[in-house]
Amino acid sequence: MQIDLRTVAIQPQRQAFDHLVRRFGDKAASRYQEGSYDIQAAENLHYRPTWDPDHQLYDASLTRIVMADWYALKDPRQFYYSTYTLTRARQQETAEANFSFVESRGLADMLPDAQRAVALNVLVPLRHAAWGANQNNTTVCGYGYGVVFTQPCMYHAMDNLGVAQYLSRLGLLLGDTEALDAGKKAWMDDATWQPLRRYVEDCLACRDPFELFVAQNLALDGLLYPLVYERIVDQHLSAQGASAVAMLTQFMSDWFDETRKWVDAVIKVAAAESEANRAVLTEWIRQWSARAASAMVPVVELALGSGADEAVGEQLEAFKARVLKTGITL
Amino acid sequence: MDMKVTKKKLGLKDKYKLMTRDLGWEPSYHSKDELYPYMNYEGIKIHDWDKWEDPFRLTMDAYWKYQAEKERKFYAIIDAHAQNNGHLNLTDARYLSALKIFLQAISPGEYAAHRGFARVGREFPGVGPQVACQMQAIDEIRHAQTQIHAMSNYNRYYNGFHAFADQRDRIWYTSVARSFFDDAMSAGPFEFMIAIGFSFEYVLTNLLFVPFMSGAAYNGDMATVTFGFSAQSDEARHMTLGLEVIKFILEQDPDNLPIVQNWIDKWFWRGFRVLGLVSTMMDYMLPKRVMSWREAWDIYGVENGGALFKDLARYGIKPPKGWDDAEKAIDHMSHQFMLGLYQWSFGTAFHAWIPSDDDMRWLSAKYPDTFDQYYRPRWEHIKKLAAAGTPFKNYGLAKLCQTCQLPTVFTEPDDPTLTCHRETVYKGEKYHFCSDGCQHIFENEPEKYIQAWLPMPQLFQDPVNGDLGEWMKWVSLLDGKDNGDYAGSEDQKNFEAWRGLATTNQ
Ligand SMILES: [Fe+2]
Ligand SMILES: [Fe+2]
Repeated sequence: MQIDLRTVAIQPQRQAFDHLVRRFGDKAASRYQEGSYDIQAAENLHYRPTWDPDHQLYDASLTRIVMADWYALKDPRQFYYSTYTLTRARQQETAEANFSFVESRGLADMLPDAQRAVALNVLVPLRHAAWGANQNNTTVCGYGYGVVFTQPCMYHAMDNLGVAQYLSRLGLLLGDTEALDAGKKAWMDDATWQPLRRYVEDCLACRDPFELFVAQNLALDGLLYPLVYERIVDQHLSAQGASAVAMLTQFMSDWFDETRKWVDAVIKVAAAESEANRAVLTEWIRQWSARAASAMVPVVELALGSGADEAVGEQLEAFKARVLKTGITL
Repeated sequence: MDMKVTKKKLGLKDKYKLMTRDLGWEPSYHSKDELYPYMNYEGIKIHDWDKWEDPFRLTMDAYWKYQAEKERKFYAIIDAHAQNNGHLNLTDARYLSALKIFLQAISPGEYAAHRGFARVGREFPGVGPQVACQMQAIDEIRHAQTQIHAMSNYNRYYNGFHAFADQRDRIWYTSVARSFFDDAMSAGPFEFMIAIGFSFEYVLTNLLFVPFMSGAAYNGDMATVTFGFSAQSDEARHMTLGLEVIKFILEQDPDNLPIVQNWIDKWFWRGFRVLGLVSTMMDYMLPKRVMSWREAWDIYGVENGGALFKDLARYGIKPPKGWDDAEKAIDHMSHQFMLGLYQWSFGTAFHAWIPSDDDMRWLSAKYPDTFDQYYRPRWEHIKKLAAAGTPFKNYGLAKLCQTCQLPTVFTEPDDPTLTCHRETVYKGEKYHFCSDGCQHIFENEPEKYIQAWLPMPQLFQDPVNGDLGEWMKWVSLLDGKDNGDYAGSEDQKNFEAWRGLATTNQ
């Protein structure tokens, strides 16, 4: 039924849903707030999980981090499904344009052999690491507490899958299916990749959602992304005439710049909550980042040879400076 | 999917394989059991995860592109709807009762599905099913959010929407839907998939969404129509996933059959009880009706469901055990339920009402074998009481079914004059049920269902202590605004006044 309505000004009865008025005051709420705050059931949960009867269906005690209000861990990007997908849709358009640019101009074929080999050796096995990251973020979303914390982890997991797929395309473009086969073999068997694979599998075995967030998104990716995409691809390979590779990984560089702000914001709020949290976070970040750094050394060697130790050392210093800004001294 | 040049000519299937399952690997630093710990305890046997057939092939770049397109359209429409006072296009504000129930009880289920699919998207040790479940996980949070956003503008003008988050966890009738999703999430990964992926998405979703969305369209609710349409292509993916899951499990090992059959029996009945709310909406709450619940059941239940179970017969699957009892309930349930809602409407954050003479004529025509005989007399009696200024209210507490959490208002399958009531004593404690179906479900897993949170006993505990006013405060129900008869309500007065303003020249 469609009737002709005169434009009339009518007085709204209220500004926002009760739970948002309680949190943010009596004013209109944003779509991020409406789609995120308090939409996870919180009380009177019916049954304990048959797969984990010692816990509740949503259980904040699955992690050692303690928050008075898990909804304090706000995502500074304020991503809800719509803003998230619109952002990624724009980025995938750029990625698509970059891939076509490289393809249509035959830039892949023009890569010098040595640089092509470096790109394939370093980047292709990382598609498996990205798949590990996907599963880890899916765990955090599945078992973490509070929508503002868990929601972006689901988006992050899908991003990790997207990264794994872009790396697969890159492998196919530069080295066809043989490159993917060789990359997987290296991931499984080469000594170079074993510390990293072990790290990823240890993460998969970790069931504390917040520790997993630290191990995957802060410690590992906080070293891996700048080392691989900034130092090796954008700097090292581009300087040697292989800037086409950087076009193929622009998504990853942009993505890391964006997502690290969210990761830092989460860590900062959790650390500021209590001394106990700060101590736990410090312990986790120390352990996992030390392991991540040493796992990255042989990988970086594939590109930088004997310069790897220095590069990783520098990156670790930069990482410590980053973490310091969240209120944690390593 | 958007994969361009590869030097070897790869088929779509092979390309997708490289983009998904080829990413996985056999772990060696931890055992598979340690990384995927919940795979065995339900007794389902999977021998080869590679046999999984991807139900759809969507890489992330394509997913972002298609979904963003839909999001753009959706928000453009609901923004316009809000700006132009689209709510005044409703046939009548009575219609909003259906939406209020939806926001309080069903949208939280979308969120629960989001979390449940994230969990199974992690726990299955096969990349194919993991990716498919993860995509459903992210779709489901989309559904929760688009629904909240679509209804947000109604909340600004009408009562009953404002406390959906509080009422999700506290008010009695939302416990029906929430216990359904809690039940599925607290089950193992395989049962979750049969419960939500198959039984809910594949068997029952049409009975929920098609009537709901056409009801919205018939009654001028563009906001709801928009989120319904926008979710449709997601639902198509979810349905193919649900079907693939059941076929995959059954093809993997013959021992899986009895386990799966038991879950189908259970989840059909659980779902059927949740749909009681939909039957009431279709027969009573839509000012302009689309079709009766009986007609919807004949199409989406009998025809579609029949075809499905015929198809599954080759695996040895039989139609759900409760099917015949369901069929016998179809001509009764909406009336029994609306009568219940009316007498307990002081305790609901939506309005109920006495059907008009016109409504009753329609109900007689649609339910020739039941309405005039069993239900019209009760409505006429209630009407007389209301006319005399002594409206019928039942302040007695509803006895709730321990399994489905509905009040035990339903009748015996073979005797519509007799209320159906079942009891089981377990560990010295007596439990009540609305039906054989619910009793069986309890008796199969008593340790689970004795944990159910029952909203009625809560009335006598802190902070309520048997005080109705305290209870209303506790469930964020505004007495005289959110609850009671639609006739004389604020919603009615406001809607009529605003529509008068918008359609006349005063
Ligand atoms: Fe959904
Ligand atoms: Fe029941």
